[in-house]
Amino acid sequence: MELRDKVIAIIAEQAMLEPSDVKPEHSPADLGIDSLGLVESIFAIEEAFDISVPFNANAPEESDFDISSVAAIVSAVERLVQEQHASA
Amino acid sequence: MSYGPRRVVITGAGTINSLGHDVATTLEAMREGRCGIGPLDLRDVERLSVQIGGQVRGYDEQAHFNRQQIALYDRFTQFTLLAARQAMAQSGISFTDEESEMSGVVLGTAGGGVNTWDENYRTVYEEGKNRVHPFVVPKLMNNAAASHVSMEYNLRGPSFTVATACSSSNHAMGLAFQMIRSGMCRAMLTGGSEAMLCFGGVKAWEGLRVMSKDACRPFSANRNGMVQGEGAAVFVFEEYEHARARGAEILCEVAGFGMTADAADIVMPSAQGAERAMRGAMRDAGLNPEQVGYINAHGTGTAANDKSECASVAHVFGAAADRLMISSTKSMHGHLIGGTGAVELLACIMALKDGVIAPTIGYEEPDPECALDVVPNEAREAKVDAVLSNAFAFGGLNAVLALKAA
Repeated sequence: MELRDKVIAIIAEQAMLEPSDVKPEHSPADLGIDSLGLVESIFAIEEAFDISVPFNANAPEESDFDISSVAAIVSAVERLVQEQHASA
Repeated sequence: MSYGPRRVVITGAGTINSLGHDVATTLEAMREGRCGIGPLDLRDVERLSVQIGGQVRGYDEQAHFNRQQIALYDRFTQFTLLAARQAMAQSGISFTDEESEMSGVVLGTAGGGVNTWDENYRTVYEEGKNRVHPFVVPKLMNNAAASHVSMEYNLRGPSFTVATACSSSNHAMGLAFQMIRSGMCRAMLTGGSEAMLCFGGVKAWEGLRVMSKDACRPFSANRNGMVQGEGAAVFVFEEYEHARARGAEILCEVAGFGMTADAADIVMPSAQGAERAMRGAMRDAGLNPEQVGYINAHGTGTAANDKSECASVAHVFGAAADRLMISSTKSMHGHLIGGTGAVELLACIMALKDGVIAPTIGYEEPDPECALDVVPNEAREAKVDAVLSNAFAFGGLNAVLALKAA
């Protein structure tokens, strides 16, 4: 599975939607994912890609991880995978 | 409404424990003297030196909760919610907006989410992982069960969790009783829950060397220790006039509560502390020893507790001890630690409502230091009008409830 599809599958499962219903422009809130759900999705992403996501639920906008949309999350995960797996 | 002393009754009961997944099955097992204790089925059981317990069998969490709920509900919370649903259904109580602000949830547990602690310690220590699921804290906290019950039924009054080891449930129910009696609350969901039967939970208890490897035989001369159990029981405590006005079936009346501290030793019980708690509960209920027909004992099956408990009962009851029945249902469901008083209250309700006294099973040899009528091995029919339920915790914290027939 492509990285993008894997991220979307995780978000879709959290939102209890089909992956095909999750669009790149959707924000977590559009998909009905609350703050606890967001934290759980980030945990699932960390587990799936064996990365550490710099995300603080107190100040999401200041975290070095853009969660404004599905597309932004996918790019952020791509970047983290590259950074954290290149050094390994 | 005016504030003044109210009468408190029980209008609903629910349970899941090693004897059954509801009240009817549990009471049937108690009537038949059936034992819920057996070989433990849990991860790494071969590394335990104690391998028996009163485990809840045939339980499928997915039959009761969805994936998101399971992510948030430790086993002790799941047991609590199932028991609360049964109690609410039996009670048939519903709440107006004002009443929901005057009703709450007070529950007992000693360990809270022990399985969650255990699983996540494995993850970080044994498996060497550096992250855990984000819901570990809301899942393991001792008040999780009380909070989820309050959310499920929109109960917005006093709600919290009491942790006094083996007395937790009795303290919780005693406080719920006092809150209704004082006029502060209209109804309370109360009782307790425990789910410690995991590797770490049993291993910790092994350390004390008070556990039996074969059976729980309270009051028997050949007793050799306690056996852990798990499960929950939850009750609807309700102000009497409120219950009567809506035509609810009253299971029994909660009449008094006594609590004391031994202030002596962190594990050894004191007969004096237990005596003062029993006397306090009877005084609070306006009962004298001659009126009490049955005591559900703390009766752990340890050498120390049973001897001390019998001495204190003999002293409090004097000549009346000769016609008193006292049994320990821990012989059947095991010791549910913080949930134990709640499950044992079911035996008290059965005594008052159905006239059936649950037995102490596994009784093999009389012990001169426990020379009371312990209702050995077989349930007995008897009419009793008032009962006590004893709980004497590690730390010397004693909590005794007094109940009367409806």
